[in-house]
Amino acid sequence: MIRTCQLSYTYPGGPTLAFPDVEVAQGTVLLLSGPSGCGKSTWLSLAAALVAPTAGELVVADQSLGALKNIAADAWRARAIGFLPQKLHLSAALTVQQNLALAFWASGQPEDAARIDAALQALGVQHLARRTPAQLSGGQAQRVALARAVLLQPRVILADEPTASLDFEAAADAVRLLLDTARIQGATLVIATHDARVAALIPAKVDGQIGFQPLQLVRKQL
Amino acid sequence: MKTLFFAWRYLWSRPLGAALNVLLLSLGLASITFLLLVGHQLTQAFERDLAGIDVVVGAKGSPMQLILSGVFHIDVPPGNVPLKAVRELEKHPLVASVIPISLGDNLRGFRIVGTSQAYIQHYQATLSAGRLWDAPLQVVLGATAARQLGLVVGNTFAGAHGLGAGGHTHGDSLYTVTGVLAPSGSVLDRLVLTDTASVWKVHEDFTAVDEEDRQVMEEEREITMVLVRYKTPMAAMSFPRYVNTSTDMQAAAPALEISRLLHMLGLGTDVLRAFAGVLLLTAGLSVFIALWSAVRERSGDLALLRMLGAPPAQVAALLLCEALWLGLLASLAGLLLGQACAAALAWLLQLDNSLLLGGMVWPPELLIVPVLALGVSVGAALLPAWGAFRVSVLSLLQSR
Repeated sequence: MIRTCQLSYTYPGGPTLAFPDVEVAQGTVLLLSGPSGCGKSTWLSLAAALVAPTAGELVVADQSLGALKNIAADAWRARAIGFLPQKLHLSAALTVQQNLALAFWASGQPEDAARIDAALQALGVQHLARRTPAQLSGGQAQRVALARAVLLQPRVILADEPTASLDFEAAADAVRLLLDTARIQGATLVIATHDARVAALIPAKVDGQIGFQPLQLVRKQL
Repeated sequence: MKTLFFAWRYLWSRPLGAALNVLLLSLGLASITFLLLVGHQLTQAFERDLAGIDVVVGAKGSPMQLILSGVFHIDVPPGNVPLKAVRELEKHPLVASVIPISLGDNLRGFRIVGTSQAYIQHYQATLSAGRLWDAPLQVVLGATAARQLGLVVGNTFAGAHGLGAGGHTHGDSLYTVTGVLAPSGSVLDRLVLTDTASVWKVHEDFTAVDEEDRQVMEEEREITMVLVRYKTPMAAMSFPRYVNTSTDMQAAAPALEISRLLHMLGLGTDVLRAFAGVLLLTAGLSVFIALWSAVRERSGDLALLRMLGAPPAQVAALLLCEALWLGLLASLAGLLLGQACAAALAWLLQLDNSLLLGGMVWPPELLIVPVLALGVSVGAALLPAWGAFRVSVLSLLQSR
């Protein structure tokens, strides 16, 4: 679950952004939308414990992030957060399998080949395990990046502009993939996007259980 | 271990740059390895061949020439000294023993040395075949000389005048091989040893026109020099001065001359060392540029590692491990290349029947090579690693 209350963040030497309160139940979807510069990236940074809030309350995956710093924040992030960046950042030097193994290395956990296989299989890209990112199509690369994001079974998946530069069909596939993966994992999914199509791509209810909650951000400075 | 694995993969994702850096580092390290090996082997060769020789007495001239020609057999002697004067020297109260050395002939470039059997005992050489000489015109071959000349016990040959190959052949006086020495690693390995009387006989047979002439020659017999051992170390204070001032001969102290020689060689090696230093510096700069560029190019990937939970130190360690690999590979390549260069030099010197170097040795001072390699590569990686340490994860979210 995610809960914020009077959350705000002040950029070093810059403006202060205030965010609307939100409470998202575990296993549901938060659609974070708004134009460029409205604070979507900052909200994601706060939710991933990359920066600390200036004021207010922020609880993500049952962890209050206000006091979480440095190594403890890194360790918590490795456990609790799966991240799908806009630029996928699959390392060209490594195979698909090794890109996933990198997640184990980064989190300090021993590598588990069976879990890597399972994650790739769940996203239908197991046959690509020995390929390098350069040998993948855009869609395949996104599936691999998503497999990496959910490999350690995070409680929250943060997806940053997952449909950017995709045509409608590919965007629909990407959103469907994210929703399905989050549902299977029981993870809370946060999609940050300025793509107005995404809201239409998420069903209000899935299997009568998962709904989505829109959070429209506007640039609100204190 | 996984950090090393990923660092290896990242390193070789830019194969040309990585290979160039390894090559640059290796060249500098190979130069240093070569210098260390040659220095070590030269010192060993000098120590080995000089052991137990306190002073060399021969004709007046360059003392270093006397040492190089009489002890190491890599130069021509300054002249000969009368046998009578040497006999007098033997009786000197400070002299424990003398080994006569007579030079003048060669066999296909290998020096024929007229001496006594004490010369062989001095280097504790043993026979691998045959026996020592017991009459003039019998020879014992050093191991290298026997192998390269293709001679075995029982073979005969005629010596040629002069110390280099190609002189006039003493066809009337044939030497017989009576023995071959086992390799001793000393100067004996590349010599053809015979009794001093052989040298006199060959030249008297060659030049004497009648018996009277031969008698005159016998009275005026000479040898080239003697290797002297003192009864007491205190003799070093007075004996050389006595020889140099009271006789027509000169006494040269090997230790003194060799330290002079090494000093002169040192000037040359300083230039090579400076060159190696410049190469290492260039390599360090190249490693720095490569890793700095890698951090810039991969800043997104590095930020993602932070996002995946890697602490900053772990991300920086990845960069340092890349440098570690470079250092390790360059150490290996530099050591092997340096050994190959030293082996090539030893081979060239051996072709010239010169100083015996060679054999793959790993003296402890070579430890400096991997230390230098790791120092340069890891040192060059410190700033890029700091860049990786400080990589901003926020850039991952703001890279539009």
